[in-house]
Formats: sequence, C-alpha cells, structure tokens
Amino acid sequence: MNKKITYPYIPNSVEEVKKEMLEEVGAKDAAELFKSIPEHLRIKGSLNLPKAKVSEIELKEFIQSKLNENQSCEEYTNFLGAGCYDHYVPAVCDEINGRSEFLTAYCGETYSDHGKCQAIFEYTSLIGELVDMDVVGLATYDGGQSAGTAIRMAYRLTGRKEVLLSENISSQLMMQLNEYCDFMDIVKIKYDKTTGNMDLNDLKEKISDKTACVFIENPSYLGTLEEKAEEIGTIAKENGAEFIVSVDPSSLGVIEAPSNYGADIVCGELQPLGIHMGYGSGLGGILACRDEEEYIMNLPNHFYSLYENNKGEFGFLRSINSRTSYHSREKGVEYLGTNVGLWAITAAVYLSLMGPEGMYELGRNILYIGNYAKRKLSQINGVDVKFKEGNIFKEFVINIDNSGKTIEEVNKKLLDKKIFGGKDLSNEFESLGQSALYCVTEKTKKEDIDKLVEELDLILNS
Amino acid sequence: MRDKKLRNFHEAKWDEPIIFELSTKGQRGILLPEVEKDLEKEFGELENLIPENLKRKKKPELPELAQPQVLRHFLRLSQETLGQDINIDIGLGTCTMKYSPKINEQFVRNPKFSELHPLQDEETTQGILKIIYEFEEIMKEISGMDSFSFQPGGGGQAIYSNAAIIKKYHEDQGEGEKRNEIITTLLSHPLNAAAPHTKGFKVINLMPNETGYPSIEDLKEVVSEKTAGIFITNPEDTGIYNPIVKEFVDIVHEAGGLCVYDMADYNGLFGIARAKEANIDLCHFNLHKAFSSPHGSMGPACGAQGVTKELEKYLPVPRVDYDGEKYYLNYDKPNSIGKLRKFYGVIAVVLRAYAYVHTLGEKGLKEVAEISVLNSNYLIKRMLKEVKGISAPWGNKDEYRTEQVRFSWEKLYKDTGVNTDDIDRRGTDYGLQGYFQSHHPMIIPEPFTPEPNETYSKDEIDEYVEIFKKISEEAYENPELVKTAPHNAPISYLNQPIIDDPKDLIVTWRVYKKKKGIK
Repeated sequence: MNKKITYPYIPNSVEEVKKEMLEEVGAKDAAELFKSIPEHLRIKGSLNLPKAKVSEIELKEFIQSKLNENQSCEEYTNFLGAGCYDHYVPAVCDEINGRSEFLTAYCGETYSDHGKCQAIFEYTSLIGELVDMDVVGLATYDGGQSAGTAIRMAYRLTGRKEVLLSENISSQLMMQLNEYCDFMDIVKIKYDKTTGNMDLNDLKEKISDKTACVFIENPSYLGTLEEKAEEIGTIAKENGAEFIVSVDPSSLGVIEAPSNYGADIVCGELQPLGIHMGYGSGLGGILACRDEEEYIMNLPNHFYSLYENNKGEFGFLRSINSRTSYHSREKGVEYLGTNVGLWAITAAVYLSLMGPEGMYELGRNILYIGNYAKRKLSQINGVDVKFKEGNIFKEFVINIDNSGKTIEEVNKKLLDKKIFGGKDLSNEFESLGQSALYCVTEKTKKEDIDKLVEELDLILNS
Repeated sequence: MRDKKLRNFHEAKWDEPIIFELSTKGQRGILLPEVEKDLEKEFGELENLIPENLKRKKKPELPELAQPQVLRHFLRLSQETLGQDINIDIGLGTCTMKYSPKINEQFVRNPKFSELHPLQDEETTQGILKIIYEFEEIMKEISGMDSFSFQPGGGGQAIYSNAAIIKKYHEDQGEGEKRNEIITTLLSHPLNAAAPHTKGFKVINLMPNETGYPSIEDLKEVVSEKTAGIFITNPEDTGIYNPIVKEFVDIVHEAGGLCVYDMADYNGLFGIARAKEANIDLCHFNLHKAFSSPHGSMGPACGAQGVTKELEKYLPVPRVDYDGEKYYLNYDKPNSIGKLRKFYGVIAVVLRAYAYVHTLGEKGLKEVAEISVLNSNYLIKRMLKEVKGISAPWGNKDEYRTEQVRFSWEKLYKDTGVNTDDIDRRGTDYGLQGYFQSHHPMIIPEPFTPEPNETYSKDEIDEYVEIFKKISEEAYENPELVKTAPHNAPISYLNQPIIDDPKDLIVTWRVYKKKKGIK
C-alpha cells in the first residue's frame, strides 16, 4: 500500500535517478536542498489535501462526474447574453487553439516564436480592418479592462478627470470602471426611454472643459443601436474631450465602424469572435486607437511591429517597450500582465475564416432573427418591449410589469422547459421594473423564438 | 544507444506570407445559413433593419480564403512556434514552463464546461461552482491564507487587486491619504512596482545587497507612517530564498503597513513553506505556472489571490459561497473593492488547476517541490562546473538555490564579445525556446534565468547543459557564428532594428501597405 509512486508528470521521481542527481549536487536527501529556509518559516506537518486520484482513469471519472452536474447551453435553448455570447465557434478555431505549439508557448519572441508573433500581428491587423483603425493593441483581460484603459488613456491625453457615459451601462462594467478609474469622476448621462439613445440635451448640459472623454457603447448594454453616435462624437470634440466607443465586433460586418463616426479610441469584447463562453473564461478585450504619437505612447499593451530584414523576410518585434511596465516598472503607462494571447490568435483564425462576406452574413442573420424575436415577444399579452422606437442588434429588453409576475418566476418556469430566459434586470435597473435582457445569435432559429413565445405566453397568460 | 549529445535541429521555416497576401476575392472559409424565408418576407431588405447613418458603407477589408488554406496558414505559423510541449523549455525561468496535462484540456473543452454561460441559473451550474468552492479550500490549505478569489485574469491583475485591497483597507482605517507608499524589491517582478503605481501609490524599490535580498537596515530606512505595504517575491527570481522575510514583515506591520507575497515563483515550495508562516496578509499564485495550466501564448491565465480573514471582505465580487444546500455566487459584499473582470474570472484555468492538485495530492505536490529544486541545483552544478564563462552571482555559494537561478555570462562576454542576446538566439539553433534573461532593470550583467521544473527528465537537463557547453565553446572559438545566430530558425538575424519611434511602428497590415504605397 505504501509503495512509492512514480509520477507520470515527474520523470525524475524514479528513485535511482533521484539518488544519482542528489549525489551530483552533494546532498544526502531532498530535505537538505531546503536548508536555507529557516525552521520558523516551514510548514509544520503535512498539508491536508484531498486523496490523490493518481491514475488518469480515476481522475477523469472524478472530474467528469462533477462537470456532469452542469447543464450547458448545448442542452438548453439560451437567450442569455449581457456581455458573454453564445455565438457559433468554427471547428478550425478550436483546431488551432488546441495546437500544442500555441497552447503551450508563452513569452518567446522574434526568432523561436516567429509563428506566434506573426499570428499576433495578424490579430492586430484583422481587428484593424474590422474597426477601420491603424493602431491596435494586444488583447486585454476583457472588454471592461479595455474600456478602463481607454478611459485612463483619455485622462493621460487630456489631463482631465471627468468621464461621461450613459445611465444604461451594465452594473458589471460600472463596477469595473468604478474600481479601475477610481481617481476619476464618472458622471452618468440620461437616455431616451423610447429609443434607448443618449439624451443629447443632458450631454450638452454636463459636458465641459473638465470632461476627459465621452464613452458610449454601440450597441448599448440594453441592446439598442446608438443612432446619435456621430453627434455625440462631435459634441465631445467641441469640448476637447476624447470620444471612446465600445463596440460589439460581431456587428461590424453590417454596422459602421466607430472610427467612421468619430471615435478616437475603440474598445470592446473579443469573445464573440470564435471563443467559447467557458463560464466567462473566453473573454478578451479589443483596444484600438488613432495612428498618432500621443495615442500610441499612451497605450499600455505590447506592440508586435513588423519589419523587413536584409533577406526580405518579415520579422515581428516587441516595440516602443519603454511605455510598458515590463520595461519601466512604475514608470510605464499602467501595469501590463499576461492577458489572453490564445484568444487573440483564435480571433485571428475566426476573422480569416469569416472574411468580409462571413461577417456581413453574421450581422445580417443576427439582425433578422433579433428583430423577429423582438416583434414576436412584443405581441405576447403582458409583454412590453422597451425602447421600441430604437433599433437593435442582438439584444433587447422586455418588460412584464403588466402581468403581475416577476422575471425570476418566469425564468424558473422557462428553465423547466429547458430554456435559459433573458438576463433579469430587475435588480440592475430598478427603473425598468420587471424586465429582462434577451439575446439571440446566429445560432438562434425561428423555431427557437416560436417555442419561447409559446412558453412565455403560457406562463404569463394561463 | 547511440552516443549523440546534440541534435541537428532546424525549426520549421515556411516563409509564410501574411494572411492578407493569401486572399483571393470570392473565396469563403465558412458559410452561414441563409436567412429563413419567413423572416425575409416579414422584414424585407436588410437595409430596413439598420438606421441609415449606422450602415457600414465599406465592408471590412478582411482577407478571403477557403477553409483548408486558413487552416494550413495557421498550422504553419504554429510550426514556427516553440511551445513547451515540443521543446526543453527550461529557459523561460520565472514562468514555470511545466507540462500541462492533456487530460485537463479534455475537461475544459468538454461542452459541460465550454458551453456554460456565466449568468445561467445556479441550479444548472452546481458542478462548476462546487469546483471553484472546493479549489478555494485547497488553496487555503496550500498557502495557509483564509480566503481566495480567482477573479484576477493573470498574475499582474492579482498584484493590482492586492494593491487595491491595501488602498481600501487604509481608507477604512482613515489613513487613505497618509499611507501612499508601497515598498518593493528591485528583483521582484516589475508589476510589483507597476501595479501599485497604477493604483495610485508612490513606489520605493529596495536594492538587493550581495546576499541577493535587501538588508533589514535598508528596509528600516524607507519604512514610515506613509508606508501602505510591501510587495515581496520570495524566492526572488535569482532563486535565493529570503530567510529574513519574517523580520521584514514584522517591521512593516509595526509601522502599520500590510505585507504581500508574490508567489509566482512558488513551484519549489509546495508543502515546504507558505505565506501563513511568514505572517503575510495578502498573496497571489499564478495558476498558469506552478499549477500547470498552459500559458496559451500569453494567457488566458489566473492570478489566485489569497488574503487573511481580516481582509476577506475586500476581495472582488462575486465570491462562491455554500448555504448548506447549494453553491451560489455572492455579490452581497459591501466592502469589496468591486470587480476587476466581468463575471467570475478565467474558470478554465481554475478547473485545470483543480484537476492537477487532485491527481498529485499532498505527496505529489511535495514531490513537485523537491524535484524542481533538485533539478535546478543539478543544472546549476553542471553548468558552473562545465560551461566556460558562466557564473551565478550573489547568494551564499554553499547554499542551494530554490527552483531557479540567475546566471551571468559576464565573463564570457568580456572574453569573447558574445553577449547574452547572442547566446539566447543561438539556443534556438539547437531546438530551444529563447530564454528569459531578467526583468528590467538588468542589474546582473548578461543575465540568463533558467528554471528546470520537475517535468523535465535528467536526460533533458543533460542535453540542455550540453547545448550551452557547445555554445560557450563556439563563442570562444567562432564568436561570429553565435553573434549572427539563429541560423536554423524561421527567420534570420540580419539588421534587426530597434523600433522606438511611433513613426516606425507597424502593428497592422494596412499601415505596412500605406508606408509601402501598396493598394
């Protein structure tokens, strides 16, 4: 029973090898190797950890049984979005991000990891086309981190501390910004309750020479397209403020790129581009800016710049490193750590597969099914679609105040029918009453909507 | 067996064009379904669904390729990448490039995990919530800390999160304004300086002395009523364990500051030493390092953040709690610093780490520590004995290092003019990933920081030593060969520029085309 285990992940756990190596280093046993650690800093006794499942068979059975307690969006019809999206992931994306070389590489550079560096350059290049901008940074932790960095960039560019953004941003993003930009003053701008668009009068009233930036999401968290985006940008510029737009990349085959309506800095969530949700593990952040020195010098992420050598070969070099905290410690612009390289490569594969036509069809399919869902749900007795006058992309809000029921009750009942109903907004936006944020993607079929309508009608009206 | 110490290696060299150069108008990599007829009938033209001023006027100029060509392109790029799986990745010290078990990839790619939406009803996510909850228990035991958050998306974000907690703690004590200084050591990871600075602190860097760590006197000189806390990496990147860390902690505590351990270099300490015994208040582990999650070409990652009971209330939300019947996400934490990342964090990394600890258990983890330190000292012994021109500055020569070491090629450089960059590039000609030199500032001249963790065999470590013996010989006999390396890599070392001027920056293909006047 007490037989010494030879660990499959630890080749030198073979006793004879260990002995030979200990002899070479002149230690009588492994314990001697730790003699520089004083007794008072040592762990007394041994750790109390779960019994080891040393064989792969036991381990697989153990983990699998835990995972089997989950029900996934493959088994249920999903209408949840709100920052993490159930888009289709092409098989080639998984094939490439499962490749040992990409999966297990890290921070190698120009020569040993030439292919990885090129893939990262292609990521920034492809995002550059999608958002129609020349300078793109490496992907960040998530869309919220990109938004926070974009706002901090605005502070560094203008020396001003006030941030104007719409009242309709998500509580999750608001918490991120309150944390990351805690030295700034975040002021909320009202939005129009019929269209969901920003209230320009309120914006004009609040903007001043203290404003560092106006930040908008397009589409907004509540799903509506910001039709006054260009005017908002103009107002920002007139007041010397940066115009930051957070964008859904899955919309950009059909919806105008923010740079073409005045954005100075563009951010957004990367996950829709070929990355599985993984309970939120798939998030990543897009960050792009103008090709101007002051913007470039204020972007904290690595740049992999292309160069040509004497043989006419392309190489890729980490560039303008003095900006980064890796190089300059506390003098760098913001801290920069390990982010989501594998998701950047995956997004590059996705955009290469999709091409301009794929991105167009993606946006097209979403717009049709989204508008169908919005229309059909609005026809249910007891359901009121909010911001009806506005246009949507893939999300929209329904309200059921007239039914006397709560979203929580309704969602529980939908769950029985193997449907994940829309995100409950009743705690997030008290002013919206009993409302839910519904989301469709290109995976959603007409019959899914018809089934949802049928079930909702039953729940609300019988 | 054949007596063959060095391999005749050449990395794949595909001379692969940029993906845009492979585009052929009209090709498709993937198709989407047609719009259902009923929907088209109901809404008519797509134009009806987009406000006029938001219609994309010009489609994005993405490349157009068929599927096999996209696959082949990225496969070729993958072949021009030396992942840990295919090379003796001892060189990237401080990164703990250990084997990432393949079975764990199956777990994270299982739809029961990969297709979970983070806002699903908790009734449907009990499995993953339980894993997170139990992994917190495991991390508490490993570190001795009282509470953990897995929300930070990497080590850097965990350091940042620790700085955020320190700030909030002092604000709650009514000392937020006054305590605005963070102390760290110059050999700690740069983010121990950068992240607190991002959080608004003034940063003081302590220089190491010949022991490899700063002295008590140096610390006492900078500690004051302004001290908010200290960030210490132990062992530091030099592989020298700071035996007086408890004295550091006591001094900072006495002054009213908090003490943070950066445990990114933890691999050699499982079951041996932990944060608790050093009386540490906050710490973080990189689950993509010591806990085996793959590094993924720079993430996704997870910085597991551990704190004492007193500081638990400040951890990011949500926390995973258990009410006796079910596991749930708890956002009701009024003192929390808030959120660093949407939803919970990179749970894929937590899932892999959970499986990793479960298969090794207490004894296996201790074996990890012992073998990684044994491997490291074996490598040091052979390198110093057999490789000309290398040394291991600082530290007590009679003492063992922990899981890594910082060598110096100073002597070799003085003798031959070949520097650490040259040697690093030459390693690739023998099949090695580039090595990690040092974080900035590089106070050890011509540095080289290998970390031969427990997943490398003695034969592999021997091969590694043989390679550097050979490169050293080359430097002394034929320095040009090393200075012009690599010769067997995907591209050549010829007039490699330094790009420091924003005007020279080319991070997108469109900028390259503009500069070249290509349409």
